[in-house]
Amino acid sequence: MANVWSNVGNWVTERAPGMMPMYRKHMTEYYAPKNFNLWYYFGSLALVVLINQIITGIFLTMNYNPSAAGAFDSVQYIMRDVEWGWLIRYMHSTGASLFFVVVFLHMFRGIIYGSFKRPRELVWLLGMLIFLVLMAEAFMGYVLPWGNMSFWGAKVIISLFGTIPVIGTHLVEWIMGDFLPADATLNRFFALHVIALPIVLLLLVVLHLAALHEVGSNNPDGVDVKHGPKGNRWSPLAPADGIPFHPYYTVKDLVGVGFLLLIAAFIIFFAPTLGGWFLEHDNSIMANNLVTPEQIKPVWYFSPFYAIVRMVPSFMDTAVWGVIAMFASIFVLFAMPWLDSTPVKSIRYRGRGYKIALTVFVLAFLGLCAVGTDTTAEVIPAWFGSDVDVTFWENLFGRLMTLLYFGFFVFLWAYTHFGWETTKPVPDRVTTHD
Amino acid sequence: MTKRQGLLRHIFLAALVCALGFAGTVQAAEGEGLPSAGTNLRDQASLQRGARLFFNYCVGCHSLKYVRYSRVGEDLGLTEDEVMKNLNFTGAKYGETVVSSMPADLAQTWFGKDPPDLSLEVSAKGADWVNAYLNSFYLDPNSPIGWNNTVLPNAAMPFPLWELQGLQTLTVAPGENGKPGEQKLELGQPGKMTPAQFQQATRDLTNFLEYASEPAALQRHQYGIWVLLFLAFFTLLAYALKREYWKDVHEA
Repeated sequence: MANVWSNVGNWVTERAPGMMPMYRKHMTEYYAPKNFNLWYYFGSLALVVLINQIITGIFLTMNYNPSAAGAFDSVQYIMRDVEWGWLIRYMHSTGASLFFVVVFLHMFRGIIYGSFKRPRELVWLLGMLIFLVLMAEAFMGYVLPWGNMSFWGAKVIISLFGTIPVIGTHLVEWIMGDFLPADATLNRFFALHVIALPIVLLLLVVLHLAALHEVGSNNPDGVDVKHGPKGNRWSPLAPADGIPFHPYYTVKDLVGVGFLLLIAAFIIFFAPTLGGWFLEHDNSIMANNLVTPEQIKPVWYFSPFYAIVRMVPSFMDTAVWGVIAMFASIFVLFAMPWLDSTPVKSIRYRGRGYKIALTVFVLAFLGLCAVGTDTTAEVIPAWFGSDVDVTFWENLFGRLMTLLYFGFFVFLWAYTHFGWETTKPVPDRVTTHD
Repeated sequence: MTKRQGLLRHIFLAALVCALGFAGTVQAAEGEGLPSAGTNLRDQASLQRGARLFFNYCVGCHSLKYVRYSRVGEDLGLTEDEVMKNLNFTGAKYGETVVSSMPADLAQTWFGKDPPDLSLEVSAKGADWVNAYLNSFYLDPNSPIGWNNTVLPNAAMPFPLWELQGLQTLTVAPGENGKPGEQKLELGQPGKMTPAQFQQATRDLTNFLEYASEPAALQRHQYGIWVLLFLAFFTLLAYALKREYWKDVHEA
């Protein structure tokens, strides 16, 4: 048997001599620092979720009907009459939310360990593009079940473009192909969600990984293992602190995958709606342009950005500022490599000001989540009595959080640009590993 | 790691825990003020009683357009004969979905609106809401249909279960500063059931509608535990594999 396999191997190698070297370059001879910690699981987990979304998505497509008249019924058909359809759909809907959980943590990892810094700026930029496409992909996927929250969510989000002066109204009609989200909208969103954006997403993921493998992985110490001493038990030329990605990190990532699947399975089998956070109650009612849901709010993963739209007040007779601020809150992340100019990468060796600012940034992000999901609108009267002016306090809180969110980037630029940061000495080699 | 780093990490973790707790309080607050329906999908007898109530009192007006009779039989442990004799009064075939025989145009004339399909009612409103709604009808001479409801004021539905529950009336305590006081429903004329029996009956009906909202819930609960056990075993195995491989790294 072994002979048969090596014969097949030789047959392929004769005809495509570049295959094995490519495999080695990216797997068995890709030397990753040996000190990856918990934060380094989320990249491979994002890939696992992406594969889950594609596979379950294919099966959903087989039974989904992309029309305003049939979409809602076809989702129920999948839930009830298609063999294992409920499992496929819950894997897809839970996967969508977990995708964002994993990607947010992956991005946060990049920030705390300075993975976006020279020479990995391109890796970061490609990753940010992935995030942007992922948001578009998720938004369009959310519209497809054609529930009432799908409809009104789509209407609100698309109408954000209507605030753009002069072309706004036309742009909104152009996006929807109608005056309301309708059959035409659903059809094009289906095409984009199922074909166009996944292709772009996959291409970007390949580029993201290719760009990473050109420069090598960062690590929790922010030490470049490529510049350290050479020679390990696998190769005299490889970095001393590097280990082959395969099998060492493939088996390690398998443990992470196990944990992710445990959490995902718990949600899928025992709480698929997660109390309305992953699948909203109002989406059990078919899209109806005459009945507005009590509260129109985006799914949780858009909430911090949506909160910024709501919190920025209109002035000069236009609400476009909120929309600009929302896009700015995402695009400012693209600029991270140039905003944070301290050469020290890892939070372990950075100044106290950086750590405090980062904590404030995380709290601002979570605070904006609370505003965007209407959590504050429920908590404020519950905690401070029903007599308080909820709108006033929510706006005050939300605007403070918006200022702190953007303030982080301003502070970070000044703090690192003017050399106010006192960093600690960075070791020559990676420190701890398990 | 220095002490200060440790402190910052603790502050960060504490903030995270607070935020998660924050989300938790809001979840607890959903379905606010309504008593728990106390439904249990694993109680097959309750589902059967609920189905019987639905097909005797509700299907005259309300459809379950996504639910098939055959599926109800299969999931509730009933034979085809039992379903066709005791639950199917519309003349539908066993494999067909539950469609009310009420003509839509007449419904409009009688109630001013079509009685909604109830396939997804519990998904949309929650079991607590449905159960509370069924317990909150009262006689209201000012309403065009003679009935009203404290959970859904001016509901278009006349109370179909009145002969079981009896007739409730609403008393409103005198409030302060012009605000209406506490509302209280009182059973004036008792029905065929005692209040405890009626509460059980509405709980059964809500349970059946919860099942109708998501029949897959029965399978979810059935398979879920095995999937989790398998994954726990897989994760353990993966961990053992990782430790074995990483011995090299520790030696290196």
